[in-house]
Order: sequence, then C-alpha cells, then structure tokens
Amino acid sequence: MSPAAEGAVASCRGATVAFADGRSALRDLTLDVARGETLVLLGRSGSGKTTTLKLLNALVLPTSGEVVVEGRATRDWEPHRLRRQIGYVIQDIGLFPHFTVERNVALLPALERWEPDRVRARVTEMLRLVGLEPSEFLHRYPRELSGGQRQRVGIARALAADPALLLMDEPFGALDPLTRAELQREFKALCRRLGKTIVFVTHDVREALLLGTRLALLAEGRLVFSGAPEELRRAEHPEARAFAATLDA
Amino acid sequence: MSLLRFYAANSGEALQLLLQHLLLVLASTSLAVAIGVPLGIVLTRRPRLRGPVLGVANVFQTIPSLALFGFLIPLPFLGGIGARTAVVALVVYALLPIIRNTYAGIQGIDPAVREAGLGMGLTSGELLKLVELPLSLGFIMAGVRIATVIGVGVATIAAAIGAGGLGVYIFRGVAMVNDTLILAGALPAAVMALGFDWVLGRLEKRLTPRGVRA
Repeated sequence: MSPAAEGAVASCRGATVAFADGRSALRDLTLDVARGETLVLLGRSGSGKTTTLKLLNALVLPTSGEVVVEGRATRDWEPHRLRRQIGYVIQDIGLFPHFTVERNVALLPALERWEPDRVRARVTEMLRLVGLEPSEFLHRYPRELSGGQRQRVGIARALAADPALLLMDEPFGALDPLTRAELQREFKALCRRLGKTIVFVTHDVREALLLGTRLALLAEGRLVFSGAPEELRRAEHPEARAFAATLDA
Repeated sequence: MSLLRFYAANSGEALQLLLQHLLLVLASTSLAVAIGVPLGIVLTRRPRLRGPVLGVANVFQTIPSLALFGFLIPLPFLGGIGARTAVVALVVYALLPIIRNTYAGIQGIDPAVREAGLGMGLTSGELLKLVELPLSLGFIMAGVRIATVIGVGVATIAAAIGAGGLGVYIFRGVAMVNDTLILAGALPAAVMALGFDWVLGRLEKRLTPRGVRA
C-alpha cells in the first residue's frame, strides 16, 4: 500500500463504472480521501461526481478497479454495515415524512441499539449543532419545516451515528440563495469544529472554493484536476479553466 | 311492506344466507390480502415480473364472473360445487386491486426517501418495515376496500354454483319473477357493501400516517 493511501479513509483505485451498452459514467478513477479533509468533487451535470460519491457507500459498485473504504473493498462489505458508518446527505433530502424530526434523527442510533437515553441526548445535541432549537423542532413533521430547516435535519440525521465519513450530494442545491449562503457559512464552521472527513459534490465553483480543503474536478467521467482550491486558477485543463473563468464573470 | 313480511316469515333462512355471504367475502378478501400484498411487494423488488403478474391479474378480472364460476366447476381440487370454488373465484377477483395498490403505493413513495434510507444503511427489510409499508398502508387499504366492495357484489353470483349467500334469493326471485325475493337478496347485499366501504374507508384514514395525511 502506498504511503498516501495509508492515511486515507477511502480510496478509488482505477475505478470504472460502465453501463451494459459500453458507455461509462466513470473511467479509471484513482483518488484518495484523506482523513479530516473536505474533498469537493466539482464538475458539470453528468461528469460522474454523483457516481463517484455512490461508489464510496456502495450504492454503485465499480465494474472494474476497486474502491476501498476503511481498509476494505466496498465489494466485500455488507452494504448496510458500510453505509451505517457513512453519513449521506442528498439534495432532495429524503426525510421520512411519517417520522417526526426526532425519529428521523434517532433512526440509525436506535437501529444500532444505543440506549434510549443516549439516543435522546444525541438527537438533542445534533439538532443544536445544526442550529435548530430541540424543544421547538423535535416533534414536528418534515412537511411542517422550511426547505432550509429540512436540510438542517438531513445533516443532523447523517451525523447522528457519528460516521467516519460524510458524503454530501449538492445538499444546498435546492435552497434559495439566501438560505444557501447561510447554510454554507454555518456548515463550514461546523466542518472545522467536527473535523469530519467529508466528500462534497457540487457544480458551483464558489461553493467548492468556500468549503473545500481540496478540489477534484471531473469531466466526462475522468478526473482532470485535483489539488488545493487556490490551485484551480492555475490548472491547465480546459475544463478547469472553464470553471475558473466563471469566477471572474 | 311485503319485504318485511318476507323477512319475518323467513328470518332463520335470511340470517343464514346473510352470514354465508359475509363469510364468503371475509374469507376470500383475507386470502386475497395474504396473497396480493406480498405479491405486490415482490413486484417492487423484481420489476420484470410486473408486466406478467399484473397482466394475468388483469385478465382474471375481465372474465365475466358467472363464466369464471362455471370454468372452475370442472377443475380438480380448486373447483367443484360449493363454497370452496366460490372463494377461489372471489380471491381471483380481489387480487388485482390489492396487488396493484400495494405495488403503486410503494412505487409512489418519493425516490429520495428510498435513496436516503438505503444510503444511510437500512437493509431492504428495514426499509420495507419502517418506511415503505407505513407510507403505503393507506394506499394498500384503499385496494382492500375496493376488493371487498367488489367481492360483496360478485359473491351474490356464487349462489349459482351452490355456495349459498344472498344470491340465493336473487336467483330465486329472478326465476319466479318475484321482486320481493330479488330485493330480499339485493338490499342486504347493498347495505353490506356500503358498510364495508364505510368501515374500511375509516380504517384507511387511520392507517395513513400523520405527517403525510392530506
């Protein structure tokens, strides 16, 4: 194992995701996720960033190559065991509409058979963490929340079982600009505080620069740039230039 | 008036036919639920089976009920004269709405909810028990309700193959051109259908979880 891969929470090694018709969503991707970093996957729609994210929690398996998480190939994990150690936040949030906020956040700890007192304390802690006053929100249903509040609950739910890795797929993409900016700011502070390893998908280069400690740029299923946010402007690949150019517009 | 006099004179028989009718409906609907709900769930897991299974259930439903009863009589084991054959036919009729609503109810759940559930590490069984079934229960009950109401009507025809029930009066009334006799069978059947509709409608509402109720 290479020294770089040793400190990695997860790594893709020559991972390819091909469809039956021969087209591929992702070609020969090699990428490490280092412990404690916020890696932002940047790219246009269809560039393979969501597929990359789903490789990490085994919602997609590589057709060739391998993806290793916590030292074991995703193919060899029992999918649900792997996923319970990985928080997952998606744009459409997917809160369980028949559960209160409390039950939504408590679900995974409860399934993991935490003591009820510990679950309750954890839910309260998580809601405070994402800026929701527990007494006001615990017993509400998702449809009684605004979009921003829902995504806060989505993040609280993803963090509840204290995952080693947090995957976020355009979590703020569906929010209005003001709420989005607010959540981005708070989320950045949250990341610093928690020191979690995060892989964050976005097509918004400003968001990528704000949140990422490292960027990986994908184009047509290939990794075309990977480096510190400030290096993006100096990158030579046309896709990197195209993204960098939108910053000056 | 003549109807009341008829019931007064034949209360024992009328009650017996009513109970037979109720039993036919309850037995066949329970069986149809026991077969149809799991089958509907399987279809959500094996989309390839959807076409064939719904197709067959659909075809069953298009067979005129009297003909279906007739077809079943010569069959070994399932067929013959009497209540067993009638229950088989009624199950066949009840299957389609139950399978279809179970499938549609689960399939109609916001895909993001399923993705989030799988992504956070629910097993397929946990997803079904904690998310898919609770969210589609109201829908499934609506299918059961339709199936039951249809069943009450179709069960009147079961009298033609000697299964008893309120259809006995209706057939007898038609044969004797006696409106009172026809009504003696048809009226309680209609009331029974309305009763099931009301009770199951209430149940459907109660089983729809808070948080998704309109």
